[in-house]
Amino acid sequence: MADLNKLGLADARDALRKGDVSSVELTNACLSAIEGAGALNAFVHHTADLAADQAKAADARIKAGDAPAMCGLPIGIKDLFCTKGVPSQAGSRILQGFLPEYESTVSQNLFDAGAVMLGKLNMDEFAMGSSNETSVYGNAVNPWRRAGDDAQLTPGGSSGGSAAAVAADLCLAATGTDTGGSIRQPAAFTGTVGIKPTYGRCSRWGVVAFASSLDQAGPMTKTVRDAAIMLGAMAGYDAKDSTSADLAVPDFEAALTGDIRGKKIGIPREYRMDGMPEEIEKLWQDGIAMMRDAGAEIVDISLPHTKYALPAYYVIAPAEASSNLARYDGVRYGHRATLDQGDGITEMYEKTRAEGFGPEVQRRVMVGTYVLSAGFYDAYYNRARKVRTLIKKDFEDAFAAGVDSILTPATPSAAFGLGEMTDADPVAMYLNDVFTVTVNLAGLPGIALPTGTSTTGLPLGLQLIGRPWEEADLLSTAYALEKAAGFVAKPDKWW
Amino acid sequence: MSIDETTAARVAKLARIKVEPDALPALAQEFNNILGFIEQLNEVDVEGVEPMTSVTPQVLKRRDDVVRDGGQQAKILANAPDAREGFFAVPKVVE
Repeated sequence: MADLNKLGLADARDALRKGDVSSVELTNACLSAIEGAGALNAFVHHTADLAADQAKAADARIKAGDAPAMCGLPIGIKDLFCTKGVPSQAGSRILQGFLPEYESTVSQNLFDAGAVMLGKLNMDEFAMGSSNETSVYGNAVNPWRRAGDDAQLTPGGSSGGSAAAVAADLCLAATGTDTGGSIRQPAAFTGTVGIKPTYGRCSRWGVVAFASSLDQAGPMTKTVRDAAIMLGAMAGYDAKDSTSADLAVPDFEAALTGDIRGKKIGIPREYRMDGMPEEIEKLWQDGIAMMRDAGAEIVDISLPHTKYALPAYYVIAPAEASSNLARYDGVRYGHRATLDQGDGITEMYEKTRAEGFGPEVQRRVMVGTYVLSAGFYDAYYNRARKVRTLIKKDFEDAFAAGVDSILTPATPSAAFGLGEMTDADPVAMYLNDVFTVTVNLAGLPGIALPTGTSTTGLPLGLQLIGRPWEEADLLSTAYALEKAAGFVAKPDKWW
Repeated sequence: MSIDETTAARVAKLARIKVEPDALPALAQEFNNILGFIEQLNEVDVEGVEPMTSVTPQVLKRRDDVVRDGGQQAKILANAPDAREGFFAVPKVVE
């Protein structure tokens, strides 16, 4: 079989089980693709030896008739996941040289299910960014380019390396994490599928923390079916994460009927933003027509506090980050600054953190420190948490009125050029998450999938938002939209 | 609400991040832009609304009060920039 790296999870799994291909062959195809894709800067730590061992073990398992969901399937892991004995830096200088002594629950679950790890994937530093440009490794590059234009584009962020790697067929799928849109925005920018599950569905244990009340891991894949397969392998109760939900994980793949007849799909009027590009509006209208043609009932809904989601997020997320990132103090792991004669422990903290954190991380840690400081805690932090309650209630009201899922654009634009936002106000970059951040604040599952292309030939994605814990229904609805949209375009290989 | 250089310096100190004095004006300006954006929250009527503590209603599980883990000194110290005699080593803390 040619071009094995271009397979998705489902097709590769079926070929493995039939004996048409081995995991070693699949893995070698991906390793060759990675070797030839240095220009994308997607893989930042390579684990070819580990992959070879895991592939051999997977082939033996398959031969013995024991082939769990991910058996023999080569994937990439975002650098935010701690992987035992393998560099895990969260894209930050401050974790340079850190070699975890343990395995994150999600990566362990994937390995238990037989997955093969090809390496670690580029990302914005501590998952803070929407373009992968805050990474200590330098930015990943989107395999897509505008028609007739060589300009390098962002793969989105923070899971930009994961998105670029999946879109460029360097791996069959990848893990991502999503705090404000970090799975769904890069998926939309690269023509791939990404789902952020309900808060609590995947264990956060061993995932470097950014904003603990918002962070969730999820799969980034080539198809909705692949997302269903991989989410099933990643998810599950974990006693090591006190916010992990003790709920059975359904068979997401078996639930993919694609039958949405009679389903109520909500269209929130507040997501029609001023100045939204016409092509995004058209993408949304086309998606609505596809759902209607597939038998769904389209209803207009209101989520009145949408406008306040980003400001609330930019209080809550930095506040939690300032607390979480306090652990990077040059004592227990990672970077420690070289000290001058007479420097005490305070100077060590201050110099270590100034050297170890990039500008965006420093900015957010300090904003978080400010909104939590005496005198401002109520005015900023508590107010933001109250607004968060109202944002969640907006969704609860819509679901109580019978809406099954909500259809929105995934991003306000197609992928933008690397460097284009360098001189912009940080707030302009934050607007990338305007359609996705509400979902994190409300703890809901959301999936982005490609349904069209921009006038410049770039992929565009829509987002479906589901009821809590109903990822199975959400994936089935997404499967129907995927079939109707029939998006099959791939980037032309230039790298 | 406007942040001046003194406040910016105080926040940097609280966050234990060294900021050179010549970088403070730009930092204060960035804070002001971000806080200006956040100020929109003042438009929302939050009277009587509970601040969210947990996004999914759940009761934290209790577990037996027993030692489940431990005896991993070498692993815990393995990544330390400076570890000596079984301890993390840091610069002088008290005079």
